[in-house]
Parts: sequence; structure tokens; C-alpha cells
Amino acid sequence: MGNDAIVTVDHVSMKFNLSSEKFDSFKEYVIKSIKRQVSYDEFWALQDVSFEVKRGQSLGLVGLNGSGKSTMLKIIAGVLKPTKGRVAVGGNMAPLIELGAGFDMDLTARENVFLNGALLGYNRAQMEAQYEDIVHFSELGEFMNVPVKNFSSGMVSRLAFAIATIGVPDILICDEVLSVGDFRFQEKCEERIGNMKEKGTTILFVSHSLTQVEKICDKIVWLEKGHLKKFGDAEEICRIYAGS
Amino acid sequence: MSTYIKNFLKFQPLLSELVARDVKIKYRRSVLGVLWTLLNPLCMMVILSVVFSNIFKFDVENFPLYVLSGQVIFNFFNDATTSSMTSIISNAALLKKIYVPKYLFVLARVFSSFINLMASFTALLLVMVAVRAELHWTLVLSAIPLLLVVAFSLGVGMLLAALTVRFRDIMHLYSVFTTGLMYLTPVIYPMSMLPSGIKSVVLLNPLTNYVTMFRDLAFNSTIPSFGSMILGIVECLAAIVLGVYVFYKNQDEFILNI
Ligand SMILES: Nc1ncnc2c1ncn2[C@@H]1O[C@H](COP(=O)(O)OP(=O)(O)O)[C@@H](O)[C@H]1O
Ligand SMILES: [Mg+2]
Repeated sequence: MGNDAIVTVDHVSMKFNLSSEKFDSFKEYVIKSIKRQVSYDEFWALQDVSFEVKRGQSLGLVGLNGSGKSTMLKIIAGVLKPTKGRVAVGGNMAPLIELGAGFDMDLTARENVFLNGALLGYNRAQMEAQYEDIVHFSELGEFMNVPVKNFSSGMVSRLAFAIATIGVPDILICDEVLSVGDFRFQEKCEERIGNMKEKGTTILFVSHSLTQVEKICDKIVWLEKGHLKKFGDAEEICRIYAGS
Repeated sequence: MSTYIKNFLKFQPLLSELVARDVKIKYRRSVLGVLWTLLNPLCMMVILSVVFSNIFKFDVENFPLYVLSGQVIFNFFNDATTSSMTSIISNAALLKKIYVPKYLFVLARVFSSFINLMASFTALLLVMVAVRAELHWTLVLSAIPLLLVVAFSLGVGMLLAALTVRFRDIMHLYSVFTTGLMYLTPVIYPMSMLPSGIKSVVLLNPLTNYVTMFRDLAFNSTIPSFGSMILGIVECLAAIVLGVYVFYKNQDEFILNI
């Protein structure tokens, strides 16, 4: 494959209705519709953002809290539909928006491996083949038959990371997932991300650690209050961002 | 269209995992486990038969069979639609973070109920053998009304799931509604005992037609009339079209409301 785009974000805007008037009930809705009081506080979490990621490149998203990084990743992952604009993705994705999102707390770790694998589109046989690797990487060998509700949050993250990073997806989305777990496990995760990158996976990466971002990413999108402030090479933007 | 099919195939393992999860969680820590899906309708049938053949007497031949067959259909509908209704909101955490085709959750709930339906159908067959009912070849065709109810419930389930995201009141209203609906379905009473006014209301209920067709085929060895076949199919298609339409119209907004 050449240097074609794997993710194209084209003039994307995302509006949320910060409904002070979130009508949970039908009665409220009817009353307010009749009184014409159904009003929303509109909030644009992203405004007219465009950028492109080439196959094999990795992209970091930086910006303060609430600047729209997670929203951007969710739009790319297809979880949210942009209010305006278009996103084109040319490959399969392993989304790590929040570790453990796909877990059912009542099921055991082992059962969750298969459930989460299925969420990523793997069938039972494919997961059986990866099972040992997942157990080995997460270091949870003796806990695989324990319901996940009895896990510590660090253990949940370990298992979730191990599952989401099996195989070599075209795109790996990491939203602040490396900030969990202990120091040693963080290193292990970084190493694994590095390996995937070498095999050609495009990483979309959000982290508060600029060092991590600089290490992993080639390009950076800098968001500020939902606007694209800068898009360019990692080194350069990291330098300006760190100084700002 | 082909992308839809591709997408469905990609997530087909998820569908089986979701169904397996429902079944597993339901019977976790119960000694008899899945056997309950068989025992439950049988126990209910025994209770109803004892009550209704001693206290209120209906002029129905083979009353246990009559009750059980009515229950097979009605309980499936109730179970499938009630669980579909909450399928989107109860998977909120997941839908907010991972892309999954949303109809899959409704489908999974209907499938789990379908497993129960198979069990209660087996219970019905056992009772038929036990009471030495005549097994007629039309019994094979009784799969048709069953499949129609499954499709009908799927349509209603998708409609409810989409509406419940907007209006949580529906959850509370619906349980009242199904209680009423049970009395408007000939599950325990025969149609012949109804006064004509109420009878016409009961006949408006789509489930009435499905229950009647099912009984006719399963043990009355009667082929349903052409008219009731067509009616059953039309009602089922109408439910599917309406359910799918409302669901697809609203599904992009789900995530903003859950
Ligand atoms: N579902 C939602 N409804 C309303 N507002 C939201 C929703 N999701 C995110 N937001 C708002 O969008 C803004 C951007 O959020 P986010 O993308 O999570 O920021 P970041 O990840 O950069 O910290 C925040 O102000 C947040 O409150
Ligand atoms: Mg965030």
C-alpha cells in the first residue's frame, strides 16, 4: 500500500444539546412541547475540524480537558455521528476509548474475553487461539474464572488492554489508557503499542504525558475548545504546546 | 445493502455471545439451570389447570393443553418485547464507547426469548404425549405461527427499544399494558364464552390470531383459513416495518439520550 489516507476527517462539527431540559418522561415532554418550552443550550464540542492520517502514520491529539479529544476519537470510531462533516476510515479498528467498557461485571474474566473479542469482531475460535497470549500478557492466570466485579480497576484495565491489542488492527485508538495500571504494566503497554506500530498499525493516541505522545506519534492535532488550533509534525507541535 | 450484510456477518459472533451471556446470567447459581425454562411453563400449567378446572369451569376439551399452548405464545411475546424494550438503555455504557450495530442488542434479547420459546414448546409436546393427544401431521406446520410471532415481537421490540430511550415512562406503562393484553388474549378462556362486544375487541388483538392458528395446527388438526394466514403475515410485516423505521430514524440520537 502507498501513502494513502487511512483516516480522513472532513470539516467535522459536533453539537451537543446540553439540555437543562432533559425530559425523561412523556408527560414533561408533552407539557413542554405545548408550552413551546423545549429549548436546549447548544454546545459545539467540535467545530469545523479537518485533518488526515496516512496509512502507517500515528497521530496524537493534544489539548486541555474538554477540548474535544475524546469526542473526536468517538466520531472516528463510529460511536458518535458528527452533526456536520464527514469521516472516512479505511481499515478495521480496535477502539480503546475506555478500558473495560465492554465488560459484563457478572461474567468471569474468561467469559469476558470472548464477549469482548466478539465486540471487536472476533469469533470464538479466533479468541481461543489468542487466549493464552491474553492471559499471559495480563498476568491474570489464576483469576480467569473469577467474576470481573471482584477485580481491582487495575486488573480490569490489564485484561481489557490485553484483549483489545490482540492481532494487528489497521487502527488502534487509545484514549488516555496508558495512565492506568502500575508503572511496570504501563511500560509493557507502551512496548506493545510500539510493536504494533512497527507492524504498520496506525495509532490514534491521547495522553496527558507529552513524552509518550512524542515517542509514539508522527503527527499531532492540537485542539482548543473544539477548534483545530494546529496540525503538523509531532516534534514541532509538542515544542509549541509545551511552551504554551 | 452488501455493507449491511458484511457488517452483520462481522458482528455475528457478538450476537451469539450476547445471547449466551443472557442465558448464563439468568441461570447462574440456580441448581436446575436451563431446565427451568422447561419446568416453569409446566408448573404454571399445573397451577392454572387446577385452579380453572375446580373453581371456574370452562367448557374446553383438554384444558391443560389449551392453557399451555396459549402461554407458549403469550409468554414469548411478553418476554421478548419486555426485554427488548430495555435492551438499548441497559447497554448504555457499551454503546457510548464502542461502535456496535445497535439493533444487535434487540435481536439478542429476542433470540434469548426464542430459546425459552423452544423450551416451552418442548414442554407442550411432552404434555401432548402425556395426555395421549392425537399427534397429527399439522403439528409440523405449527412452526409457522410461531415464526410469525417471533417476527412480530421483533418489530414491536425494536419500536419499544427506540421509544424507551426517549421516554422512560414506557417501561412502567408497558407492564400495565401487557397485563391488560393478557386478558385480551384467549390464553385461559375459550373464545366461545365471550360476549360479542368483548369478543370483537379480543379479535383485534394480533396475538389472538396467532394463538388460534397455533392451537388449530398443533392439536386441532385444522388448517387455518387463508384469511387468517394473510392477516397474520400482514400484521407481522407491519410491526417489522414500523419497528425498523422508528429504530433507524432514531438510532443516531440514542447515544445522546442514554
Ligand atoms: N454526550 C455529551 N453530551 C453533552 N456534552 C458532552 C457530551 N460528550 C462530551 N461533551 C462535552 O464536550 C466537550 C469535549 O469533551 P471531550 O471530548 O470529552 O474532551 P477531552 O477528551 O478533550 O477532555 C466537553 O465540554 C464535554 O462536556
Ligand atoms: Mg477525554
